[in-house]
Amino acid sequence: MTNTTSLSKNAAPVTDADSHFDRKGLVQMILLGLLLLLPVAAYFLGHTYYVNLASRVTIIAMAAVGLNLAIGYGGMVSFGHAAYFGLGGYVAGISAYHAFDLTPFMSWPFSVPGSDSLLVVWLAAVVLCALLALAIGAISLRTTGVYFIMITLAFAQMIYYFANSWPTYGGQDGLPIYIRNTLPLVDSTDALTYFLICFTGLVFAMALTSRLMKSRFGAALTMARLNDVRLATAGVSPYPIRLVAFVISAAITGLAGALYADLNGFVSPSMLSWHFSGELMVIVILGGVGRLYGPLAGAVLFVMMETLLGGITEYWQLFLGLVLLGVVLFAKHGVMGWLAGSERNE
Amino acid sequence: MSDAILSLQNLHKRFGALQATNDVSLDLRPGEIHALIGPNGAGKSTLIGQIAGSLRPDEGRVYLADTDITTMSIAERARLGLGRSFQVSSLAEPLSVMRNVMMGVQALQSHSFRFWKPVARDQQLLKPAYEALERMQLSHRAWTPVFELSHGERRQVEVACALALKPRALLLDEPMAGLGPEGSAKLTELLEALKLEVPILLIEHDMEAVFRLADRISVLVSGSVIAHGDSQTIKQDPRVREAYLGDSDA
Amino acid sequence: MSVTLLIEQLLNGVQLGTMLFLMASGLTLVFGVMGLINLAHGSFYMVGAYATAAVTASTGSFLIGLGAGMAAAAMVGALVELLVIRRLYHRPHLDQVLATFALILIFSEGTRWIFGSSPMRLSPPSWLTGFVTLPGDTRYPIYRLMLIGVGIVISIALYVLISKTRLGMRIRAGESDREMIGALGVNISKLYTVVFALGAGLAGLAGALVGALQSVQVGMGEPVLILAFVVIVIGGIGSIKGALFGALLVGVVDTLGRVYLPLFFQTFMPPSEATGVGSSLAAMLIYILMAVILAFKPKGLFAAND
Repeated sequence: MTNTTSLSKNAAPVTDADSHFDRKGLVQMILLGLLLLLPVAAYFLGHTYYVNLASRVTIIAMAAVGLNLAIGYGGMVSFGHAAYFGLGGYVAGISAYHAFDLTPFMSWPFSVPGSDSLLVVWLAAVVLCALLALAIGAISLRTTGVYFIMITLAFAQMIYYFANSWPTYGGQDGLPIYIRNTLPLVDSTDALTYFLICFTGLVFAMALTSRLMKSRFGAALTMARLNDVRLATAGVSPYPIRLVAFVISAAITGLAGALYADLNGFVSPSMLSWHFSGELMVIVILGGVGRLYGPLAGAVLFVMMETLLGGITEYWQLFLGLVLLGVVLFAKHGVMGWLAGSERNE
Repeated sequence: MSDAILSLQNLHKRFGALQATNDVSLDLRPGEIHALIGPNGAGKSTLIGQIAGSLRPDEGRVYLADTDITTMSIAERARLGLGRSFQVSSLAEPLSVMRNVMMGVQALQSHSFRFWKPVARDQQLLKPAYEALERMQLSHRAWTPVFELSHGERRQVEVACALALKPRALLLDEPMAGLGPEGSAKLTELLEALKLEVPILLIEHDMEAVFRLADRISVLVSGSVIAHGDSQTIKQDPRVREAYLGDSDA
Repeated sequence: MSVTLLIEQLLNGVQLGTMLFLMASGLTLVFGVMGLINLAHGSFYMVGAYATAAVTASTGSFLIGLGAGMAAAAMVGALVELLVIRRLYHRPHLDQVLATFALILIFSEGTRWIFGSSPMRLSPPSWLTGFVTLPGDTRYPIYRLMLIGVGIVISIALYVLISKTRLGMRIRAGESDREMIGALGVNISKLYTVVFALGAGLAGLAGALVGALQSVQVGMGEPVLILAFVVIVIGGIGSIKGALFGALLVGVVDTLGRVYLPLFFQTFMPPSEATGVGSSLAAMLIYILMAVILAFKPKGLFAAND
């Protein structure tokens, strides 16, 4: 077996993983391009419904990008990522509630008012989700395998039931958002503008993931997933690496949640449900676990099925189940694997 | 001994009713290859576990130079300079050889929470990793994925990974296992070349390699060291003969 | 007055516990013997309830309905094992989670398609309604006592099955060394199908029994499934003893928590706040309990040797 590409101790050999115009790069560009251009076209044709639908796809894709970092790149099967999505949503909702109401969220030990600024809300969502994930991850990552899956599920359930029964912010009925939070310089109530905000968020999340995985941190995370004994023997402790990856993944999903709440003008405990955690996992695997564009492909497929199939039959989830079963049993690498070929590891 | 790089003092480990390690003391001095031999079931894996950090002894201490590493984690020990190879190759199969070796280089340089600079063009990682591979005469396979390597090549990669740590001591667990005569001869050559820069604690079954390589030999039987000395002494020791009845191919 | 409440709630807790045990024992057996996580277990619960409701309605006999419910769940279980589960044994947990999640979707929507969204009627037979008077002047529903009785009977039956029969021996051997029993000539495929069907049947029985108490509707198995997972994680995956202990613990803690936590908070907080805080905490209690247990014993209380 010989190396055909240029071999040098100065750099990894140039492989087709680097070329942007091979099959994989083409598929990626088409996906992203369509996602950007179709809503713009729809907007100028007057179909705001489709613009909002595109926003929805984009946000869910972003949430899945976060989860993919944990599951696909990190090998940590979190069944509780809805907790972060929901927390992000509630941060947006509670902040808007207090901004509208003009009452502070907390008065003690210091006064925390509501805010109608998107930037403040996003920052708060990211920070709070990161803290929550730090606490949950610190405990959960001491377990492995099915115990990890179950304990992440359990923590998410805790938060779900908490939100359901805490009456101030709507409890079971959810929390309406009466004002859309604002961003300086742009009109966030405009559908296309909001879509572009979400699109930027998605691209940012994907770029972050890509950069992260190419760095030393990413190398350590990959090793932790493939062979954590090898990682430890090489001198790097797996636990802190995983914990940081878990926290970053939660922050991304949480930010998506904040965007989602603002899009819908509503936060509901269902954003915290295990069904949603399951749906996110479905999206990640449909698209292709551990692929950069997997979450996007999966989100597009999922929402398409929901809207198209959902228009035909109210039992569309039955067919979703069949498709999912088929993918798991027969098409292990998801849509990206099918469209773009298998991923070359280095 | 105060000039010992690695020192085990009175280690004890029991599992239920089984005393797997029974008052074991031994050391590894600079510039030597110290071989640890013994029949199957002697407790070699348990002992290695306590040295490498996957097991904690019930009693006794492990020192790396002057540092007490008895309760340190595997990663801490590795960073302090204890390199280790596994009896059953433990590498990241889908990744290239270089990627596997680079991990040790990475750990040596600083913490791994660097999120920005891509690893693929990082000279500070590539160069030392490549050098470690050259020591093991495997640089021509640098970018080959591990799953395509032969068994012998994997053993070499394991040692290269340990070398990437710039170790002060190497713990090699049956590196000759599964190698044919050519593979063994080659690996023996490579190890001989290494010993002057980094002492090696060699756990082995392959007697030919042991007698050729080892400066000192300790014999482990049922958890205790029953004999200790150079090749001649060990070859002639009646207790060792007895323990190995039928096992020796020397 | 409060002693009556305590006894009543304790019994409710035990009753919840025994039903949880029926669910959890199947789950833990499947995981212990086959190493498989099955999210669709809640669907068998639902199938049992629906089958019982349908058969009871047409035959007029609750007992026949119960038998039919168990049998239907077991048969569906066997079918699912043969068609789908078989392919998942050597797959990573993520694949198992997703495939069985897919099954949940298929079963739930399928059931909704066939039977519609409104709950089906199922009530306990007349000879099981009514109350019994317990020491301390407490009146307790006979039906609930019967459920506790069923739970005890099943626990004993499972105990006998696992420790005294050949099937049980094979199950125990399978739990400790999967590859070995294949080498010993035990027909693994058949064993797995039987174990899976047994678990499904027990889940179906639980669904039918509880369905008569509460309601029979699509998705009724999901909340119970989650609780069952908490039970087996607390008890130790693979351990029937752990499942029993965990189920009773969870059942009692959850029931008592929901009743007493709001009351507790009322002693020093205004009533409206107390109910809010109390019920929130009560809802979270089980999960807090699980997290605490896992923090000290990451593999549960009675972890099997895997």
